[in-house]
Amino acid sequence: MAEVAKSRTPHPDLPPPASAVGVLGWVRRNLFSSPLNIALTLLAAYLLYAMIPSVLRWTLFDATWRGDSREACAANRGACWVFIRIHFEQFMYGFYPDAQRWRVNSAALLLILSAAPLFVRAVPGSVKLRLGLSILAIYPIIAFVLFRGGLFGLPEVETRQWGGLLLTLVIAGVGMAAALPLGVLLALGRRSKMPAIQTLCVTFIEFWRGVPLITVLFMSSVMLPLFLPAGVSFDKLLRALIGVTLFQAAYMAEVVRGGLQAIPKGQFEAAAALGLSYWKTMALIVLPQALKLVIPGIVNTFIALFKDTSLVLIIGLFDLMNIVHNATTNPAWLGFSTEGYVFAAAVYWLFCFSMSRYSQSLEKRLHTGHKR
Amino acid sequence: MVEPLLTPVKPPFWNNPQVRAITFQVIALVATVAFGLYLFENTQDNLRRLGIASGFGFLSSPSGFDIIQSLIPYSAASSYGQVFWVALLNTLLVASLGVVLATLLGFIIGIARLSKNWLIAKLALAYIETFRNIPLLLQIFFWYFAVLRAAPAPRQSLSLGDTVFLNIRGLYLPAPEFQAGFGWVLAALGVAAGLVVFLVRWSRRRQAATGQQFPIFLASLALLLGLPLLTFTLAGAPLHWQIPELQGFNFRGGWVVIPEMASLLLALTLYTAAFIAEIVRAGIQAVSHGQTEASFSLGFNTGLTLRLIILPQALRVIVPPLTNQYLNLTKNSSLAAAIGYPDLVSAFAGTVLNQTGQAIECIAITMAVYLTISLLISLLMNLYNRRVALVER
Repeated sequence: MAEVAKSRTPHPDLPPPASAVGVLGWVRRNLFSSPLNIALTLLAAYLLYAMIPSVLRWTLFDATWRGDSREACAANRGACWVFIRIHFEQFMYGFYPDAQRWRVNSAALLLILSAAPLFVRAVPGSVKLRLGLSILAIYPIIAFVLFRGGLFGLPEVETRQWGGLLLTLVIAGVGMAAALPLGVLLALGRRSKMPAIQTLCVTFIEFWRGVPLITVLFMSSVMLPLFLPAGVSFDKLLRALIGVTLFQAAYMAEVVRGGLQAIPKGQFEAAAALGLSYWKTMALIVLPQALKLVIPGIVNTFIALFKDTSLVLIIGLFDLMNIVHNATTNPAWLGFSTEGYVFAAAVYWLFCFSMSRYSQSLEKRLHTGHKR
Repeated sequence: MVEPLLTPVKPPFWNNPQVRAITFQVIALVATVAFGLYLFENTQDNLRRLGIASGFGFLSSPSGFDIIQSLIPYSAASSYGQVFWVALLNTLLVASLGVVLATLLGFIIGIARLSKNWLIAKLALAYIETFRNIPLLLQIFFWYFAVLRAAPAPRQSLSLGDTVFLNIRGLYLPAPEFQAGFGWVLAALGVAAGLVVFLVRWSRRRQAATGQQFPIFLASLALLLGLPLLTFTLAGAPLHWQIPELQGFNFRGGWVVIPEMASLLLALTLYTAAFIAEIVRAGIQAVSHGQTEASFSLGFNTGLTLRLIILPQALRVIVPPLTNQYLNLTKNSSLAAAIGYPDLVSAFAGTVLNQTGQAIECIAITMAVYLTISLLISLLMNLYNRRVALVER
């Protein structure tokens, strides 16, 4: 008996068994902890084994990178990235004249440079707010003048020549900048105590949320001309922008409403006790808290909007999606649709994924006050 | 000098909240009505000028075009009204199949995302992040133009055990042919279902009275499978599978899934499943861990804990956004217009509109259908929510 007791003496000085810690321990815990788990691991490993090598071979090892005609790709079995390289400029700018592309580039550079401080943590919040608002107010004008031209000696480039990623970003950017304020107004209207305003807002929101975006775009292209007085016609891009904005504003309104409902009544009452007017209460007390609460929802709506810009191909605008599709139907380059779609998917994915990651980090950083 | 006390001054009437509220509302209403009238006038004007007929008379005139997929009898001689029904059924077909498949896949991936197995969890995460960050339209185009349009010609079809064939014309599946006597099998299935209901009630009552459990799941499964199978064998197997066969340049017999439908359904399923997976994960994670621990300490095993404790609570969180996804899927099915699947938007708001020029009527009908579906689903949703909502004291 004494010997048994002795063998149980704890030995904190000994290292833990090799099978419980380190790589081996991790593998045992996470991959092979039970028969079911072992089976699942084997299944997943088989899936990866079946997929990864062939995908890598197609995209990298057997792919063609050099050359400038489709003949260059004939020898290899993998992807023909020459197709993308040849069309790359077109995918970025659409039919924007070659000589004028510096305007698009400088607008992009300007945006990146002016918005960069917003992403630096050392910059104080008040500066960020002022900078952000001034970008929102001034940048669209600069960008519009640069893109469209016709002023300051810049040759005019009509909107139907805009295309590719440029057009996608224009639609997404305008849509986001316009849908958020409109959505906030609609949400406030829906929460309003005035029955007429409330009914109008609810009807508006439910109508736009109830129909698919594609019918909205259809409507904007076939019905809008009927609604306008004879002779007045809208730019095709502007029609798409109006459709996309109104549609997303309705979704944004519902997201913001969620935030408004989460603000305790005490906040409204405290603001009223301080003698703040309705708009001051909203702008200074309620909305800053409510919007902070719903940042994930707002970014999700932005992501949805970004993806939805691809629908403008229905009304014949050449955004990234349509220009890629158009290139794959080019008789000289038939048979490379996979490459084209994979490229477009990668671009969309990059934008959407970085937006969602940014929102997650923002959410973490703004999660103050309620943490103990 | 003593300052005179401030006497309360009556605020000017424009600062009276009630007066303000009424004024704003009147302004808003008048502006809306005026805008509506302006649009109405313009529309009347334009219609007269362009010589476009109005009204719904066009619904009874013959359409003069064919539709590649219709669930009800249809020919070029049928009316535009018929086109509407064909298109509506096509929309509902792809939406309901999509809902079922996306739910199945979404739940599997959502649960895999929470798996303790690291590899499985990461695979599920990769799936979700890939598919939900790529526009649906791009996915539909990929499956349609890059995959199915690149499928081999009928003579070189890809086949699965010589019963299922895939070629550029579509996916060919064996079709069941019910022969005389199959009614008995269906009747047996009905009887089995009735017995199961009875059995469940009886076992519940017995458990409440005596505490004894009955293996209800296995017994029901045996009843539901066994009874119809027995009848099936006794009736002499009255079911025949019609297998598609290559005749000349094309396949005959069996069920054909046209490539438009296949790619739309595939893209809708994969895309929506990624969202459903995230909803399922969030729902399960919303049930606090204390519930699981409490359940374990009461002696429930993992399966019972999941079924009796976690799922009922998780469903309360899952169902509202899940219905939202179903709604999204239905609305997204309208992207069919981009690849020519004859759904409501493509066949009715597209082809019929182009032929008749009656834009307002066509778009209004289409929008009304989608609005009706949306409102119906949200009505059902609200009813469900009221039933499962937490009842607080």
